[in-house]
Amino acid sequence: MEAKFLEVIKEALEIEDRDLAMGDKFKEFDEWDSLAQLTLIAELDDNFGVTIQSGDFKKIHTLQQLFEHIQNGQ
Amino acid sequence: MPLLQFDQVGIRGMSAAVPAHKIINREYSQHFPAADVAEIVEKTGIEERRFAPEGICASDLCQAAAEKLIADLGVDKEEIDLLVFVSQTPDYRMPATAVLLQERLGLSKQTMAFDMNLGCSAFVYALSVVFSLVQTGHIRKALLLDGETRSRAYYPKDRRVAFLFGDGGVAALIEKNPNYGKSFFSLNSDGSREELIKIKAGGYRFPSSTETVKEKLVDEHGNISTEEHGYMNGPDVFNFVIQEIPSDIKRILSAAETDKDAIDYFVFHQANAFMNGYLAKKLKLPLEKVPSSIREFGNTSSVSIPLTIVSQLQGKLEGKKKLLLSGFGVGMSWASAVMDFQDCFISDLVEV
Repeated sequence: MEAKFLEVIKEALEIEDRDLAMGDKFKEFDEWDSLAQLTLIAELDDNFGVTIQSGDFKKIHTLQQLFEHIQNGQ
Repeated sequence: MPLLQFDQVGIRGMSAAVPAHKIINREYSQHFPAADVAEIVEKTGIEERRFAPEGICASDLCQAAAEKLIADLGVDKEEIDLLVFVSQTPDYRMPATAVLLQERLGLSKQTMAFDMNLGCSAFVYALSVVFSLVQTGHIRKALLLDGETRSRAYYPKDRRVAFLFGDGGVAALIEKNPNYGKSFFSLNSDGSREELIKIKAGGYRFPSSTETVKEKLVDEHGNISTEEHGYMNGPDVFNFVIQEIPSDIKRILSAAETDKDAIDYFVFHQANAFMNGYLAKKLKLPLEKVPSSIREFGNTSSVSIPLTIVSQLQGKLEGKKKLLLSGFGVGMSWASAVMDFQDCFISDLVEV
């Protein structure tokens, strides 16, 4: 599931030039902006059936934290 | 979640009026760097909007649309028994704008006239109210007017909302006729999400004061607004759409005992191109069945569904067509409908 999660993140944020690690702080990526957040919300809902409210998003910084949030939400 | 059903009531014709004053979004950037603006335009799909000049209200746009429709259809004004005005940008806090429009349109004093205050869901909501009154058989013709000057509700220094909203007004003439088929409505509300889209000040909970008109920093990205202007939590509005709208559309299709392949056009509220792209993809709809006016008029709140019909479907509604309408937004409030259009007349777009 972790591999699929990283694939979904790469696709949502249109990252093609590098691999991601679970410790990455995704909000510091160049690709991150408000519309990237919407795309990510939609992709996570489609792939994992979990929607993430903006209040929760504020507390999430690393991909590991995002992954755990999705696992808890499922 | 009432599921309402009507028979032999329908829309005979529709018209729309927009301000002639065109805003080119890529040039509407005195507060933000041009590169940022270009990115917003590309992601929202909103290239142009129409702004009403000072002194022109939503009701004026509706009046122009109504006069065009009445003339085009050759309607006897004496037969208009009901006038509903839908808006969150009325002329005054009182009296109701519908009453003023009764006089301005030269309708009889026996006209039943009232306002409805809802946002992006309002056109579908108001259709259900008008249909139910017309179904009684005691109303010969009903005029549904829906107008907004949303451009004035959002602050130009708040980039989250500054590039989205535009102005417009529409008119729809509704009557009872055995030629019209059935229509189905799903109507919903969720006040627990009231903070997602809001203008806080100016009502009676937070009256206008010298404090409410002051510019304030509203987020960590340097956006500036006032309490007299609209606020929107975009990500959670999108969460709301994901959670409520595809399921509501499936529910109304099921209530109408039809499926998406039998629908000729899906007319969604025009929030931004991203949102409608999401809905089309999620519901697996062919794009040619999802008309869009977002590029040229932006988000006009409740006006966006009928404005999309008038501006994009003229010449495409001859004979019998099945349409699915879905409006969703401020409240939160959402409504979907499936209805048959029978030779629905569409007037040429009016510019004011």
